[in-house]
Amino acid sequence: MMGPLEVASRLRASGVMGINWRNAEYTLVHNERRRYPLVDDKLETKRLADKAGVAVPPLYAVVQIEREIRNLPRKLADREDFVVKPARGSQGDGIAVVIGRWRGGYRLADGTTMTEADLAFHVSNILSGVFSLGGQPDRALVEYRVQFDPVFERITYRGVPDIRVIVFLGVPVMAMVRLPTRMSRGKANLHQGALGTGVDMATGTTLTAVWRDRIVDEHPDTGAPVAGVQIPDWDVLLEIAARGYELTGLGYVGVDLVLDRTKGPLVLELNARPGLAIQLANRAGLAPRLLAARAAFGSLAPVADRVSFAKERFGLKGGSPS
Amino acid sequence: MSRRHLLALCLGLALVGLTVFAYKVLWLQFPTRPAEQSDTWRVEAQITFEARGAPAKVKLRIPQSAHDLVIVEQNFVSPGYGLTTTYERGNPTAVYAIARADGMQTLYYRALVSRTTLSHSAPKEPAPGLPLPTLGDAERVAAQSLTEAARAQSADAETLAAYLLARLKDSNPSSEVALLLGPNPSPLRILNVAVDLLRLANVPARTVHGLTLEPERRLAQFISWIEIYDDGRWQPIYPWKNRPGLPPVTLRWWHGSLPLAQVSGGTRLHTDVTVARAHEYALTTAIRQGRKTEEKLVEFSIFGLPLQTQAVFRTLLVIPAGIFLLVVLRNVVGIKTFGTFMPVLIALAFRETGLLAGIVFFSIIVALGLAIRFYLEQLKLLLVPRLASIVIVVILLIAGLSIVSNKLGFPRGLSIGIFPIVILTMTIERMTLVWEERGAGEALQQAGGSLLVGGLCFLLMNAPNVAHLFFVFPELLLVVLAATLALGRYTGYRLTELWRFKEIAQ
Repeated sequence: MMGPLEVASRLRASGVMGINWRNAEYTLVHNERRRYPLVDDKLETKRLADKAGVAVPPLYAVVQIEREIRNLPRKLADREDFVVKPARGSQGDGIAVVIGRWRGGYRLADGTTMTEADLAFHVSNILSGVFSLGGQPDRALVEYRVQFDPVFERITYRGVPDIRVIVFLGVPVMAMVRLPTRMSRGKANLHQGALGTGVDMATGTTLTAVWRDRIVDEHPDTGAPVAGVQIPDWDVLLEIAARGYELTGLGYVGVDLVLDRTKGPLVLELNARPGLAIQLANRAGLAPRLLAARAAFGSLAPVADRVSFAKERFGLKGGSPS
Repeated sequence: MSRRHLLALCLGLALVGLTVFAYKVLWLQFPTRPAEQSDTWRVEAQITFEARGAPAKVKLRIPQSAHDLVIVEQNFVSPGYGLTTTYERGNPTAVYAIARADGMQTLYYRALVSRTTLSHSAPKEPAPGLPLPTLGDAERVAAQSLTEAARAQSADAETLAAYLLARLKDSNPSSEVALLLGPNPSPLRILNVAVDLLRLANVPARTVHGLTLEPERRLAQFISWIEIYDDGRWQPIYPWKNRPGLPPVTLRWWHGSLPLAQVSGGTRLHTDVTVARAHEYALTTAIRQGRKTEEKLVEFSIFGLPLQTQAVFRTLLVIPAGIFLLVVLRNVVGIKTFGTFMPVLIALAFRETGLLAGIVFFSIIVALGLAIRFYLEQLKLLLVPRLASIVIVVILLIAGLSIVSNKLGFPRGLSIGIFPIVILTMTIERMTLVWEERGAGEALQQAGGSLLVGGLCFLLMNAPNVAHLFFVFPELLLVVLAATLALGRYTGYRLTELWRFKEIAQ
């Protein structure tokens, strides 16, 4: 057992970033406050991404006021499956994934069911701001449910796996695949018990995973090994992620992507304060990569340059600093 | 650049704070520790009334030196009012008068009371001529039968008084006593009847009202006792405890049946009396020695404020200490809590309830509130009415708990009324959401974290040394501010992160 001081110095040596460090040196410095609404409001993000030609899950409906809730069943009448989410939710709270209809109600991805009234109440809660940052009134959006690419089928328990890429000054620096588990109830959020695997930036293959802050090699529910899975379209994914910088103007941003069976890579959302668990998933600290990206900033204008820089410098075999 | 700026700012603030602190300690010799037994108190009576745009006159009884307490100095703050002092039925009385006043009027009387080791011995007084009480026929018979019985069983005035009081206080009163006292007699009524009976028995007696100076408090309550005249002196008899004699440090204020204050030409008269230990006593000595600068320093400090306001500052000034601890616990240790400053508010509530009782009450209310919140979840209520319902439920729970704990003989329970109701409600609501979205473990962890931080903040804020330091040396807040600003750029690991990332270190 190591003493706390030794742990601290070892972590410091491998460049692991703490939350104070991230806030003081990255989010506070590189993310202008006035740009936060662009990512905190998913409707705003969608609009931006659409304009820039970045693919996002198609929007089915927006509910702005209580009164509109009653029209919702009619609007969704011919949709078999969809996702309801708060426009300004945080950490995946308040997202309901409907995978089908059942006896006049809905079946959800986490295996539960909802009646029409349950869904209306859920939307009403979203509007009241129950799930939004700071409790402000919010809007609810209903969008396309991603049919995720079969590549992660064997290491996912319900829900949609997504790929989180940290982008600093337009350079993708670290990535992880977030895999829902039984414990996370179909959600791809590490706080809620999802599994996170590190990704080799050079090749886009998965590494070992972290689950509940512990390193694991297999998915806890399916038992399949999580390492060595090749993510398809890796270069495309990196390019989309890198464009998150131009899209939002945020220097330090987390881009959440999904792989759809038919539509290919889609941007789910962006995050101005991405979490630090990605370091655990990759068993590497962010700090050296952030410093490298910063040093190269300026010499890397086109997206393609930034992506190849990332693949070259941050991959496992490319003389990576980590 | 900004780092150097911050460093300079912090150093500057800390330097200013520490310099003033050092000046006050070394030069003015302010005490850095609360005195074990300070022998000086400030007593302040605040009189408010509504004037009617006509001449107004307020009479206020003022205390006199008696026993071991001496009135060192007194002053009257009454802008625009003429002031005279007279005697009214043997009581020194201040009369504030004004030719024309309108609206709310506030007058102050302040006294500095000091305890002397020498007992203050008043000169012998001549036997007072006190009027005999007027009684109805039935009452007269009852009174005579009581006094005769008392006479038969007592040796002197003192034992006579003790016997009569015992009869009057008896929980199963005889028919004579019941007739004299009437139904549900107040303590004051008992004293007045006792005085009447003593006078009928030819023992000069009177009711007396005074203040116990310890513990110091806002809205101090007067206590009453009786005095009997014996051999040229008035002897106090305090009937409310088993042993005779007044409670320690009791300031005798006035006697007789007159009220503390009376107003003519005004309505809604209200008096508040505050008692506080005079920590600045060392200072008053300095002022008396004519040190001008220091006098200004005191005038423009918290000690220059009315006592009631000072009592508020006593609480206000320790809050930054609690907040600083909260910053450390959240940003350096990494304890998760509900809401940013909720733990400090909990700590403030603990000041009234005490730590253990506070934690128990908080847990009970939140647990019951959670149960009800989960029930409400089924009803699918909109957010604001739902929150409002929880507020009402929380208030009901607090009322119920107060009643139950009072019945169980647990007086601490009465003070939970001041628990921050809205904060409790938000805690319950947030906890339900966290519970549903992230599971019970996370919810309990955050609730436990809030309680832990609240408890630690309470222990810090309630330490007598800390409260004394910030009250007497408010400039130390600059040092706290500097430390807090410095923590604003603390980029090191939180203790909990060492645990979280330990896998990478291996």
